[in-house]
Amino acid sequence: MIEWFSWLQLAVMVPAGVLCVVLGLFGRKPTDLTMGATLLVELLLIVQLVVALVAPLVGNEATGSLLEFYTYLISAILLPVAAGFWALIERSRWSTVILGVACLSVAVMVYRMVQIWTVQGV
Amino acid sequence: MTEQQTGVNPQQPPRSPSAAGRPAASRATGIGRLLIAVYGVLALAATGRSFVQILSKFDEAPLAYSLSALAAVVYIVATVALINRGALWYRVAWATIGFEMLGVLVVGTLSLVDPALFQHATVWSVFGSGYLFIPLVLPVLGMWWLYTHRPAVQAVAGRKTP
Repeated sequence: MIEWFSWLQLAVMVPAGVLCVVLGLFGRKPTDLTMGATLLVELLLIVQLVVALVAPLVGNEATGSLLEFYTYLISAILLPVAAGFWALIERSRWSTVILGVACLSVAVMVYRMVQIWTVQGV
Repeated sequence: MTEQQTGVNPQQPPRSPSAAGRPAASRATGIGRLLIAVYGVLALAATGRSFVQILSKFDEAPLAYSLSALAAVVYIVATVALINRGALWYRVAWATIGFEMLGVLVVGTLSLVDPALFQHATVWSVFGSGYLFIPLVLPVLGMWWLYTHRPAVQAVAGRKTP
């Protein structure tokens, strides 16, 4: 993982999640804005996957369990997709909230991934 | 996806007054949808974690990790049971969510009273503190939702087939 890129991800994912949850609770159906925010989160995760695959080749090794890291990463990649499909199928305010919940869950998972990659050795 | 218009608890306060024009019934159903989504996320989290634990260090703590796997399966079944409507699934939902409630209370208490028993983290250790206490809160919300969506209550409203 590249540290600044991890923080960039969190800086996008948390506001995106909060935005979707708030707009959903205010009764908005999924819009280009909320779907776009979720799509952006998904794209960041795809870039993160590429970064994670390439980083060890250039000497940036994970300090923690790679198995655990990739379990988080793959799960995280699935979440916005699932929430996005849900929002396409069911266009209700709760689908917007669910988009937000997915983004926030992904943010927590990225934070855990940073920990696994950088601060091990307990 | 239209839902029956009654079968809703009248004491239940409207979540957001700004969503005017929507009947209370669909709002309750909507919160149910959110509940299902959160259950899905927790099922995914528990499954992922127990997958890693069992693959990498099962020998260290067979009890704790078996429990993790069991909890993961129960979360998955609960999620499926919440999505499906029939009377049988309703009972399955009660059973799994009740099991979770019991699990988080018993394991949570034991992990505080006798930490040696659960040196390795499970979903339920310390009442689910590793998961923002979601495992503790979710069964309560789940049981509340099940209680307010009893099949008998829905039958009055001319519900769909079980």
